[in-house]
Amino acid sequence: MLKKTTTLGVTTALALVMGASASFADTIKIAFIDPLSGPFASTGTNGLHQFEFAAEKLVNEKGGVLGGEMFEIVAFDNKISPKESLIQLQVAIDQGIRFIAQGNSSGVANALTEAVEKHNKRNPDSRVLFLNYAAVDPALTNDKCNFWHFRFDANADIKMDALTDVMAKDDSIKKVYIIGQDYSFGKAVADAAVANLGAKRPDVEIVGNELHPIGKVKDFTPYARKIVASGADAVITGNWGSDMLGLGKSVIENGYTGPIYTYYAAGSGITAAFGEQGKGTIRLIAQGEINPPATQEAADMYTAYKAKYPDGNIDQSRIFNVIDMLKLAIEDAGTADDVVAVATALEGMEYDSMWGGKVFMRPNDHQAIQDMHIHAHTDEGVTFDYDNSGFGLVTEETVKMAAMDSPSTCDMKRP
Amino acid sequence: MDLILVNLIDGLVTGLLLFMLSAGLTLIFSMMGVLNFAHASFYMLGAYFAFQISLFFGFWMGLLIAPLIVGVLGAGVERYGLRRVHQYGHVPELIFTFGLALLIEELVQFLWGKNQMPYDIPEVLQFTAFAIAGNSIPAYKIFMIFVSVGIFIALLYILTRTRVGMIIQAALSYPRTVEALGHNVPLVFMGVFGVGTALAGVAGVIAGPVLGTFPGMAFLLGSIVFVTIVIGGLGSLWGALVASLLIGWITTFAAAYNIAFADILMAIGFTMPEDLDDSALRDLWTLTLPQIGPILPYLLMVLILVLRPQGLFGKRDA
Amino acid sequence: MTEQATTPTNLRAGRISTLSAAPWVIATLFLLAMPFIFQSNSAITIMNQMAITIIFALSYNMLLGQGGMLSFGHAVYMGVGGFFCVHIMNMVEDMSLPLPLPLLPIFGGLFGLGLATIVGSFSTRKAGTVFAMISLGVGELIAACSIIIVAFFGGEEGVSGDRTYGLPFFGVEFLQQIEVYYLIVFWLIVSALLMYLFSRTPVGRMANAVRDNPERAEFLGYSARWVRFYSFCASGFFAGIAGGLFAINYEILTEENLNLTQSGAILLITFLGGIGFFFGPIIGAIVFTLLQTVLSLQTELWQLYVGALFVATVMYFPGGLAGVLMMHVPAFRLGRAGHLVVPYIITLIPAIIGIFGLCALIEMIFHLRHAPLGESEMTLFWTTFDSHAVVPWLMALVITVVAFAIMRRNMPTLRAAWHRANSLEEESA
Repeated sequence: MLKKTTTLGVTTALALVMGASASFADTIKIAFIDPLSGPFASTGTNGLHQFEFAAEKLVNEKGGVLGGEMFEIVAFDNKISPKESLIQLQVAIDQGIRFIAQGNSSGVANALTEAVEKHNKRNPDSRVLFLNYAAVDPALTNDKCNFWHFRFDANADIKMDALTDVMAKDDSIKKVYIIGQDYSFGKAVADAAVANLGAKRPDVEIVGNELHPIGKVKDFTPYARKIVASGADAVITGNWGSDMLGLGKSVIENGYTGPIYTYYAAGSGITAAFGEQGKGTIRLIAQGEINPPATQEAADMYTAYKAKYPDGNIDQSRIFNVIDMLKLAIEDAGTADDVVAVATALEGMEYDSMWGGKVFMRPNDHQAIQDMHIHAHTDEGVTFDYDNSGFGLVTEETVKMAAMDSPSTCDMKRP
Repeated sequence: MDLILVNLIDGLVTGLLLFMLSAGLTLIFSMMGVLNFAHASFYMLGAYFAFQISLFFGFWMGLLIAPLIVGVLGAGVERYGLRRVHQYGHVPELIFTFGLALLIEELVQFLWGKNQMPYDIPEVLQFTAFAIAGNSIPAYKIFMIFVSVGIFIALLYILTRTRVGMIIQAALSYPRTVEALGHNVPLVFMGVFGVGTALAGVAGVIAGPVLGTFPGMAFLLGSIVFVTIVIGGLGSLWGALVASLLIGWITTFAAAYNIAFADILMAIGFTMPEDLDDSALRDLWTLTLPQIGPILPYLLMVLILVLRPQGLFGKRDA
Repeated sequence: MTEQATTPTNLRAGRISTLSAAPWVIATLFLLAMPFIFQSNSAITIMNQMAITIIFALSYNMLLGQGGMLSFGHAVYMGVGGFFCVHIMNMVEDMSLPLPLPLLPIFGGLFGLGLATIVGSFSTRKAGTVFAMISLGVGELIAACSIIIVAFFGGEEGVSGDRTYGLPFFGVEFLQQIEVYYLIVFWLIVSALLMYLFSRTPVGRMANAVRDNPERAEFLGYSARWVRFYSFCASGFFAGIAGGLFAINYEILTEENLNLTQSGAILLITFLGGIGFFFGPIIGAIVFTLLQTVLSLQTELWQLYVGALFVATVMYFPGGLAGVLMMHVPAFRLGRAGHLVVPYIITLIPAIIGIFGLCALIEMIFHLRHAPLGESEMTLFWTTFDSHAVVPWLMALVITVVAFAIMRRNMPTLRAAWHRANSLEEESA
């Protein structure tokens, strides 16, 4: 009796999984594997909307690729768990999907890039490409690089290189405090900051360099006290999510007035929550110019996006680069089925982004090289705000083709 | 020296906040024997309700109304959920509250979405009360201290000076006798559960603006509240107070001082390995106190449970 | 029906005979045949995950169901076993040790056992809240260590290995999922059988006694503490085996294998399946894995449904799904289960329709609030409609209300039928 019930259940459920695989053949499917439920769902959902929108506007409305084939984004919820990501990767591959997009969490990206490499080695008939649009752990394009992985965001080292270029010009900065979450990314940010500042501004004193447990600190006041007490005139942090908001608010509330240089202090409610408090303090390093919009096309795109998703933000404009560059590479390769050809076409591609500047996919490590911008959190001169808060990011400084010649330890093995 | 004073104040704020949660939890436990895993979820509900109310009527109405709603909800949960599960025994009760915590988090995400809520400190309290050696103490923190101390005194008064308090105290130690004397113990249970969750709601209302109002806030605080009441001794209000303050200060001071373990190890006679990257113990050598600050309470709890299972002030075994 | 929900009952005593071996033979044949029914890699991946979760859940139930010990940190034994296995896998690769891959889970088990022995030595002294809280504390400490001690746990990226570098095992290199499936199934059957046999040993029996009445067990001359300790160690061993299989299947272990979420999930899975019966956790693991991997593809709100299902289970069926199934055994024995068929059909079908209607309403509210502007079309249960129009709302609402009303109306019939099917037992006996 029991066996029968379970068999029935399993049969129906697995039939559901496989039923999904027998859909249209004339679309080029891109699997979007990111958290769509749980604590990081807002970032994941927002990313998914941007992917869908970009595919619609840049490919499908322009007649598709290879003479009419459409892009289709297929969403998979990985609950930000590496294990779930690997299961969903397998489901995606079984559905005949050859392009995998992921970005949230370097831990997941790391698991995925290894799984993709192993899969491609073991199953040459169903190889896949991994389009990493946001995971910035430097290792992914250094020690752990492989031919199937492409990163469209600047990695943590490149961002820090650009950030310190700008900081080095500011003579008022004499003391810097570095604080981050205690994991690989937080450590990468700290190490890069120390190395870059040491090389560019040996006179700057690093008055604090510390890590706090990720996602476990309830009250950042003691950290804020230390920062204020150290007399720092600049703070650098790679924090994200509630750790970013908690740290930022606490530091400002406890009397710090200098700049806080961040990686992820915008969007997903953070801009709205900082509001007036963060003005004049919060700086953010990222690719893509939102305010003022780099091109008319970008402005139109943003307006259209806001019309469709009034509560959303285009906070990851590189997603549009991913879709457009993939489209160009498929056109160039003449096929979407042979991912080796597509990857070869992507390597070394130079692309004019509507969000400003060029994007160059460096062949030796598959790291996109592009302009980096230092944005300020403010409500002045904001064309497109975040979180409908009136506040947004305005470009203050630009570093052209940041870290173009930076070294990479990648030993690229091509098939 | 100044910094120590500042940290004492900061730790006091954290500790008192923790106390508002643990006071309710420990009362509920000692009466009903239920470890309410959803307690921190009511704290979260308090913050979200207050945020929603503050959008229309301002912060102060939120402070007044939100805890009431949370308390009524809590009483409802006791009446229609817990009381039903009670007949199956303690483990299903505990598991029920565990499931409830998951469900409340999902409901909050369903209703308010997954983003941070822009719930902010009221305008009147947005100033610096005073400063100690350049470290400003926001007025809101002073306000938090006053609210929590006020609640503690009120709670102490009700428990020791009123008739209801007497019944509750009696029910704490001899629930069956109290029932035999003709008191409506189920009603007392419901009341205590409602008041306990309302206290958690108050904590949520006043902590939401400083610690952030987001769906993960309950999870962040959930297990630490347990740790507090276990350390203090289950069922002991004074124990909850002492343990809350202890944890508040421990986490604050641990975060405030960058004591490196390498220094300690070298002080007791170990020598630092030449090539740190190859050493299997390299993580121990680079460890600092702030890295492990938030897990110190757990360490303390395990030690206390092993050495003194009834907790610091508890009379009976946990 | 709800009033008669069974509380967890003890495993019925019985000798190991050919009859009791029958379910095992059937289960084995069934597991061997599964890949022929579901051939896609993703189905096999999901089945692998299921099998690993089954072992883990069964090992958890050794504590909760059989020993009455509520643990909030069971994931660490599986995780630590798994981490050691990945490290061994890498050592095998680096030093070309002659260790065939299928033996790897034993090492996972041994390391799980080792950790359980250490922790159990102080945590099993008391049962109840003390044990639960120590497990929570230890779980949190080890999970936190996984981020801090990078050399062993690899930080948040975890540690990865490659299963194919080991010695080929009779020519099998474990390149494909299907080969891994049979390896996992082998271990699933072996460990499930061992765990079942453990529950029949004197220690396993005494674990039940200690769970129900520790004082009396003490008077009978058994040390409640040592009985708990042995159960705890055995449970750690099998959790470690599950960890070893996880290492083989995913070739990576991360912080998520240790954290409280994982420990909470296994509690949920076990309780959902039913802690009172040996096969309860098996059902729980199957259902939960399907919900997690399949339902999450269908709706963003899957966790809401899982949470609601869980709370409803605790409130109305504390025996879990297995308890619900086993409630029917007396009626079947009496040959009176037939009485229940019609009442079930007239109550359950409206109930299911009502639940689907309620889900539809929830999905529609969610769509109305979160869908992009101008996209009012939504697809639900294979029908596409406009979520901003009144008609679908009315339809969903009417269907839900009517279905629940029918269910309520038919409830007494079911209750009466249930009574008939079971109470005759007393008359005839």
